[in-house]
Amino acid sequence: MSRVRWGWVAVVAVPTLFIGYFFIYPLLRILSLGLSELSVGSSGLEARLLRVGWFTLWQATVSTILTFLFAAPLTWAVSTYEFRGRRLALAMATVPFVLPTVVVGTAFVALGWSESIGAIFAAHVFFNVAVVVRTVSTLWSRIDPKLVEAARVLGASGGQVFRKVTLPLLRPALAAAASIVFLFTFTSFGVVLILGGFRYATLEVEIYRQAVTLFDLPLAASLAVIQLIGVTAALYWYSRYQERTAVSWTLDSGANRRRPKGPARAGVLVAVLGTLGLLAVPLGVLVSRSFSGDFYAALLSDDRVVGNPISAVGNSLAFALVAMVLATFVGVIAATVITARSGGLSRWFDLTLMLPLGTSAVTIGFGFIIALDWPVDLRGSAWLVPIAHALVAVPFVVRSTVPTLRSVSPETREAAAVLGASPFRVWRHVDLPIVSRAALVGAGFAFVISLGEFGATSFVARPSSATIPTMIFRLLSRPGATSFGMAMAMSVVLAALTAGVILAIDRARFGDLGSF
Amino acid sequence: MLRVESLDVVIDAKPILENVCLEVEDGEVVAVLGPSGSGKTTLLRAIAGLVELATGDIEWDGASITGIPTHRRGFGLMFQGYALFPHMTVAENVGFGLKMAGHHKAQAQIGEALGWVGLDGFEARSVDSLSGGEQQRVALARTLAPRPRLVMLDEPLGALDRNLRQKLVEYTRQVLEERQVTAIVVTHDRDEAVAMSDRLALMREGTIVSTGRLEEILAEPADPWVSEFLG
Repeated sequence: MSRVRWGWVAVVAVPTLFIGYFFIYPLLRILSLGLSELSVGSSGLEARLLRVGWFTLWQATVSTILTFLFAAPLTWAVSTYEFRGRRLALAMATVPFVLPTVVVGTAFVALGWSESIGAIFAAHVFFNVAVVVRTVSTLWSRIDPKLVEAARVLGASGGQVFRKVTLPLLRPALAAAASIVFLFTFTSFGVVLILGGFRYATLEVEIYRQAVTLFDLPLAASLAVIQLIGVTAALYWYSRYQERTAVSWTLDSGANRRRPKGPARAGVLVAVLGTLGLLAVPLGVLVSRSFSGDFYAALLSDDRVVGNPISAVGNSLAFALVAMVLATFVGVIAATVITARSGGLSRWFDLTLMLPLGTSAVTIGFGFIIALDWPVDLRGSAWLVPIAHALVAVPFVVRSTVPTLRSVSPETREAAAVLGASPFRVWRHVDLPIVSRAALVGAGFAFVISLGEFGATSFVARPSSATIPTMIFRLLSRPGATSFGMAMAMSVVLAALTAGVILAIDRARFGDLGSF
Repeated sequence: MLRVESLDVVIDAKPILENVCLEVEDGEVVAVLGPSGSGKTTLLRAIAGLVELATGDIEWDGASITGIPTHRRGFGLMFQGYALFPHMTVAENVGFGLKMAGHHKAQAQIGEALGWVGLDGFEARSVDSLSGGEQQRVALARTLAPRPRLVMLDEPLGALDRNLRQKLVEYTRQVLEERQVTAIVVTHDRDEAVAMSDRLALMREGTIVSTGRLEEILAEPADPWVSEFLG
C-alpha cells in the first residue's frame, strides 16, 4: 500500500503546477526585484514610498470607519427586527458588492464626483456596506435574548445593554467585517484609479502607473513588496485576533428577531429606506444618464482610437468562458486533494490556494508581466487574461466545493471501493455527482469574477484583446461627453451581465439540494 | 477459503490488532464477537484492504492478497452505518457493484437481489425515503448483488431497535444460507452472533482469544473473562 500511486501524483500535480508557475514563481520574481531595489535605495524612493504607503493606510482606515457608520442603522434594523421585505432589503444592499469596480467608479463619475477624496470614500462605503451588514447581522440575530433580559433585570438601561452586552458579544463579527473591509480598501485599485485622478494614488494605483505608464519595473516591484507586507500584516493580525477571542457562548439556534412596535417601526423604516435610497442613487444616475444620448448606438460603431467597443463584450465573454473552465477544473481537483487526505499536505494545499485571494489582483497582473518570459515568453499572449482571471477565481471554486466534498463520509467512498470501483471511478461516481452542483456555483462565480476583473487585466490585456472593464477605462480616460456616455452605457451592459449570472447562481444554490 | 495469518495493524502509532489469526472455510459463516473497541471493525477493514497491515498476511485459496487494492479483491463489506450512496436510487445503489464489474444492463440482477431481502419494487425509491430497516436490507442487497466471494457484515443490525433486530437476525441468516456465501459477521451481541453464524471467533483487545462453537468455547474457556463475557 506504500507503492507510489502515479494517478494520484498526476492529480496533485495539476493545481501545484498551475499555482506554482502562475502565482508563486511570479511572486518570487517580484520579491527579488523589489527587495534588491529597496536595498539599493535610489534617490527620493523612500519619500515616495512613505507618501503612497501612508495615503493607502489612512484612506483604508477612514473608509472602514465610514463604512461601519453608514452600515450601522441597516445592520441594527435587519438584526433585531423581523419585517416584511427584510430579505429583499438584505439582497438589495448586497447588489453594490457584486458590481465590478469599474462600474462603481463610472457611477460616481456620473454623479460628478471625480478627482476627490470624498468620491473615493463614498465609493468604498457603497461597495462594502454589504460586508458589514451581512457579517454582523448573522451573529447579532443569534445572540441569546436571555443575556439581554438578564442585563435588564440587573438594572441596565437600553444603551447600557448595547454597550456592555451586545457590542462585546459582537466583537468577532465586527473584527471579521473590519478586516475584510480594510483589506478591500487597502488593495483598492479600479475605484481609486478612476476617481482619484492624478492626485490620489494607493499602492495599487502607483504600482500600475510605475509599471505600465512609466516602465519603472524595479520601483513598481518595491511598491508591491510594501503592499504584500501590509496585506500579510492585516491577515496575521486578524487570525491572531480570532484565536484570542475564540470564546464560545451559547448561541441561540434560531434567529431572535421581533416585530418592530411603536417608535421602533419608524426607526426601522427610516434605516431601511434611507440606506437603500442612498445606495440606489449612484446606480440610478448611471442608468438614467446612460440613456441621455445615443450612447448605446455609439457602442456599435467603429471608433478610430478604441476600435469597435462592442467587440470587448465578445472578448469578455470568451475570456470568462475560458477562465471559468480553467478555474473550475483546477479548483475541483484542488478541493479533491484538500479533502482526500487529512494532515500536512491537505493543510498546506488549502493555505497555498487561498493566497491569490489575499494578494491583490494588481500584484498578480504585475507578476505576469515581469516573470512570464521564462521558459517561453508568454507576455504577449491573450491567454494570460483568462489565466489571470482563473487564478483570482480558483479560491472561490475551492471554497464552494470543499464543504460539499467534506460532507461525503469516507465510508461512502470506501463502500464504492469495496464494490469494485478504482480510485478514479470512486471520484467519478461518488465525488463528482455530489459536488457537481457546488462546482456549478463555483463556476458561476468564476464567470462573474472574470467579467468584472480589472486589476490584473489592466496589466495583461492588449488593445486587441480589450475586455469590457478595460474598454470602459479607455473610454473614461478620453475627453469628451460622447466617450463618457459610451463608458456609462458599457458599464450598464456589464452590470446587467453580472446581475444575470448572479441570479442564475442564486437559483442553482437554493434549488433542491439533496440532503447529505 | 480465507486465511488471516499473524496480523498486526497499527493506526496513529497505536496497536489496534495484534497477532490475529483466523480461518473461514468456503460456505461458512463466522461471527467475530467482542466488546466495542476490541478491533472487530479494523479486522474487517484490513481484510477488505482499507487499512494498511503492519505485519502478517491475508490469503485467499492459498494465495496472498495483501498487495491487491480493495477494488480488485472481489469481497463485499456492509458498513455499520450502511454507507448508502445518498445521490443514487435504491436500484443504482444495488447495481453499483455490478456496474463496476462491467454489467451495465443489470436490471434483472438488481431485481433479484432486492427480492432476496424482500424489497421487490423498491428500485426507483430514493435512499433517504427509506426506514432504518429498509436501509439495512438495501445495504445487504448491495453487498450481495455482485456475488462477492467473501461477505463481511459490520454490526449489520447495530442501529436498529430491538423488535426489528430479532426479525432481521433470522432474515439475514436465511439470506446468507440460501446463497451459501462465505461470510464474517461482526457483532457485540452474543445472541445475535450465535443465531447468525456457524462458528464464533471471540475478540478482546485486538486479538482473537478463542474460536469454535459456543458450547465448545464454554466447555473449555481460555480464561475467566471468556466465560464471564459469554455469560
